[in-house]
Amino acid sequence: MHKILTSVALLALTAGMAAAEGKLSIYNWFEYIPQEMLDKFAAEYDVEVTMDTFDSNEAMLAALKAGKMGQYDLAVPTDYMVAIMAGEGLLDTFSHDEIPNFGNIDPKWIDVPFDPGRKHSIPYQWGTTSFSVNRDVYTGDIDTLAILFDPPPELSGKINVLDSQGEVLALASLYLGIPQCSQDREQLKALNAMLQKAKPHWASFGSDTAKDVLVSGDAAAGMIFNGFSAKARAEGANVEYAYPREGFVAWMDNAVLLKDAPNRANALKFMNFLLQPENAAALTNYAAYTSAVIGVEPFLQDAIKNSPENNPPVSAPQGTFVGVCDEATQTLYDAIWTNLKK
Amino acid sequence: MAGPAASGSAGTGYRSITGPLLLPTWVMIGIFLLLPVLLMTVYSFLTREFRGGVDWTFSLAAYDRFLLNRGLFGDEPPVLEWTYITIFWRSIWQAGLATLICLIVGFPTAWFIATRPAHSRALWLFMITVPYWVNLLIRTVSLRFLLRDQGPLNDALIGAGLLDSPLQIINTNLAVQLGLFYSYLPFMVLPVYAAVERYNFALSEAAADLYASRWTTLREIVLPVVRPGIIAGCILVFVPSLGAFLAPDLLGGAKTYMIGSLIEEQFKGSQGNWPFGAAVSVILMTLVLIVLMIYARAQGRAGAH
Repeated sequence: MHKILTSVALLALTAGMAAAEGKLSIYNWFEYIPQEMLDKFAAEYDVEVTMDTFDSNEAMLAALKAGKMGQYDLAVPTDYMVAIMAGEGLLDTFSHDEIPNFGNIDPKWIDVPFDPGRKHSIPYQWGTTSFSVNRDVYTGDIDTLAILFDPPPELSGKINVLDSQGEVLALASLYLGIPQCSQDREQLKALNAMLQKAKPHWASFGSDTAKDVLVSGDAAAGMIFNGFSAKARAEGANVEYAYPREGFVAWMDNAVLLKDAPNRANALKFMNFLLQPENAAALTNYAAYTSAVIGVEPFLQDAIKNSPENNPPVSAPQGTFVGVCDEATQTLYDAIWTNLKK
Repeated sequence: MAGPAASGSAGTGYRSITGPLLLPTWVMIGIFLLLPVLLMTVYSFLTREFRGGVDWTFSLAAYDRFLLNRGLFGDEPPVLEWTYITIFWRSIWQAGLATLICLIVGFPTAWFIATRPAHSRALWLFMITVPYWVNLLIRTVSLRFLLRDQGPLNDALIGAGLLDSPLQIINTNLAVQLGLFYSYLPFMVLPVYAAVERYNFALSEAAADLYASRWTTLREIVLPVVRPGIIAGCILVFVPSLGAFLAPDLLGGAKTYMIGSLIEEQFKGSQGNWPFGAAVSVILMTLVLIVLMIYARAQGRAGAH
């Protein structure tokens, strides 16, 4: 991250000396864009690019709400956070003809639940969250969420679960076949009871450590993001990423246009730039997730294009986005989560 | 002749500028101690805003949530809420045990150092503090590597033929205890050392001359003299252990909330509840204040003797 900040500062300096036409200020995840891409955009459009980074959607939202609105042009929130930010009035709208490359977006990613019709956002990268199993420890069927919630004896007590309420409760709801943001008492009681029964099988809760515990062998199975699991495999763990038949969580990070953006025109140019297949592929090659832009294949590295983590089997169901509940419903889910961790 | 006159005038001179001289101290205490505590107390009585933040209307909801349980759907008759009391009890018990272990290991260590020749004491103290130049997070993660099932500790035990299968330490309370003990040991050793160093060993000889056993000497002579150091060490270990969340999260597997992680979650998550987090902090701080007041009274009694 320091390297990125330094290079951004350097870039800002050199761009400043070149008396750039305009500016662009980006608020992005850490280590989520290669520096060469920022340089390329700066050179192509003669724009001075600066970027700050964050490490969680919540931290980004808190920073923007605490007075950083009007400072950035573009941010990169995850699906549910796009809906939250739109609800809080933090996002500007654009029309599709303001972005000539808008047509490059895979049509299935245009009418998305968190931004129907794409009025505020364009896709950045997407991926899935389910779990991986160490195949040295367990060789049976891993095509089911029961691996996490009602595991076979070989895996019991050796499971790591993400320390993330949204994703754990979403997978648990899929396992029970109940909708997210349910207000049905029987369904919520069943969800609560199922989690209480599952917890003794779990060794730990951890998100940052999700890959590490699989590589070290501390956990024989663990909830994880697909790209993270690919990295665990690359580091030598004999893990297989599952696309369970009950369903799994899909997520998408998106570039959004912020309200009161000081350089709205440049932000739109950058969005357009991100949607060029060559650039979208560079992003995917760097982040190891999946692009939503048509025509990236020729530019992708083979290892990323063909990884089992990025290519669900044809039998796999569609991924489900984490739901955004209203306040009253969310309070119930908070209570279930506290109950699980008390 | 000049002496009394000079000191007299200096006395009045000091008194007249005491206020301005203390100003930086008061500003520091005001900005960095009183203001944050006041803010936190005020926040604990405000209304929660969904997705973080507060609404500036008075509410007791945070304390209500801490103390009363109205069922999952909030419509059952209120009963005493055990969830958070249990979390507090677990943290207090954990911190107390860590303090005890630190005392059992730290007191002999401090005694050993204080009884070395004067020129080598500095070296021993230096060796105690060296590991603590490394960041706490890095030390805790390293401990994780050492303790894990396939880690060096288990490998060594199995290699030596003492164990057949790895000892499960990581993700247990034992690991958390080890983490807390290792994190805060110097906070025990250093104050106890300072007290033992001032101890006049001629007193022990005198006790022995009067036929006191070693045990009696320790109990009747040594402990009363070094007690302030021991109490200071206990407080310095107990208080940070009470709010610790690195060790429970990284070594204990984060399966159960500690006070520290409960508070963290209230401010970090998008579903966070700032007034509740503030209320838990206020309750924790009140508990710590009570402990410190007991200490102050004990000190007062010891001084009166």
